[in-house]
Amino acid sequence: MNLNWDFIIESLHLYGEAALTTFRLGFWGILFSLFIGVICSIILYFNIKGLGKIVKIYVELSRNTPLLIQLFFLYFGLTKVGIVLSEEACAIIGLSFLGGSYMTEAFRSGLEAVGVTQIESGLSIGLSKLQLARYIIFPQAISVSMPSLGANCIFLLKETSIVGAIAVMDLMNITKNLIGMYYQTYESLFMLVVSYLIMILPLSFFLTWLERKVRYAEFGN
Amino acid sequence: MYEQDNEELLVIKGLHKEYNDLIVLKGIDLKIKKGEVVVILGPSGCGKSTLLRCINGLEKIQGGDIRYKNESIVSKDVNLQDIRQQIGMVFQSYDLFPHMTVIENILLGPLKVQKRNKKEAMEQACELLDRVGLLDRQDSYPRQLSGGQKQRIAIVRALCMNPEIMLFDEVTASLDPEMVREVLDVILGLTKQGMTMIIVTHEMNFARSVADRIIFMDEGDICETSEEPEEFFTNPKTERAKHFLNIFQY
Repeated sequence: MNLNWDFIIESLHLYGEAALTTFRLGFWGILFSLFIGVICSIILYFNIKGLGKIVKIYVELSRNTPLLIQLFFLYFGLTKVGIVLSEEACAIIGLSFLGGSYMTEAFRSGLEAVGVTQIESGLSIGLSKLQLARYIIFPQAISVSMPSLGANCIFLLKETSIVGAIAVMDLMNITKNLIGMYYQTYESLFMLVVSYLIMILPLSFFLTWLERKVRYAEFGN
Repeated sequence: MYEQDNEELLVIKGLHKEYNDLIVLKGIDLKIKKGEVVVILGPSGCGKSTLLRCINGLEKIQGGDIRYKNESIVSKDVNLQDIRQQIGMVFQSYDLFPHMTVIENILLGPLKVQKRNKKEAMEQACELLDRVGLLDRQDSYPRQLSGGQKQRIAIVRALCMNPEIMLFDEVTASLDPEMVREVLDVILGLTKQGMTMIIVTHEMNFARSVADRIIFMDEGDICETSEEPEEFFTNPKTERAKHFLNIFQY
């Protein structure tokens, strides 16, 4: 099979732009997801009155509906009631809404893995509740959650591939368009795969490195 | 308010503790003088560990009073953090912080809670580590240490806060026999320095040699108190204690 290299070279800049869009969506989506995850898991862990229930409903709702439907709701549904958001804003909000619940569960399982005796041991040397959280509970929770947090980051970056459904020009969408316009199917798909790999492989290596670093103290290599 | 003897560090009156419907401590009265080594013996589930945990404020109590230096530690407005700094506690399962090196474990309290000068705290930590023979392990992580080493570090961690009294909760119960010795030697060293201690243990020979006073507990109550450990071990007054001690004879 011969690839049409001229086509590939000509469409490079389009893929470059689309890759930047995908990266931007992934970056903000992951960042907000982590933020939501930290807040919600703390609410669940410390059983903060009133809010715990809301978080539980959010987590169930978010995890048990497809991202596509969430995006449609944001993009078409909200428009009906007069809230008009840009395509990218919808995509980022959608990703964060979905990712937030996954991150919540990842952090929560980490927090719950911190043993009661660790907490008592910290209390017995006179740590305040805040110090206990900062020096004992959070560091240990993060090192337990690290593998699932990393998996979630990669999952979210890959999930960006459906935002074309609300007209965001990401990698997947540009590929579909190019195939539709020029019938250069193999070339377009080849570029698509390469573009994702260029983004996801370094992220994956970075996360593996980070995981090892964070977990070294407790778990060794 | 009653007058308290200056020498009495800890006074427990009518301590009552229950979990749901299970009564664990039935009105314990106990006074601990400064410099005294009290060993608490008794069968599993008799409430001896719970008693220690109450003294350190880790358990809510349902009745009675615990006074440390004439300050009630069960009143609502007590600053438990202050009191816990003065009451060192060592647990059965060591409970070192696994994400910190040995020296970080030891210095967490002195630096973050007591806000001491790093250099001075470090010197004390090293001196204590040296005393328990683990100065060369200060940069190790807990997972790299044996059980006996971990427990010695846990003792150092408590000591580095300069506590007035130390509580030992079955600190050798999960150790291999050969490691028991190294931990008990450290505690024995403390008795020589006049440290006030309450020790819960199943090591009868150790209890015999370090105790100023033996307290025998059963079913949430103090059954027998003896100021002469030798007398208690050879000729216990209560039937219950006799029976308990017999278990240790082969």
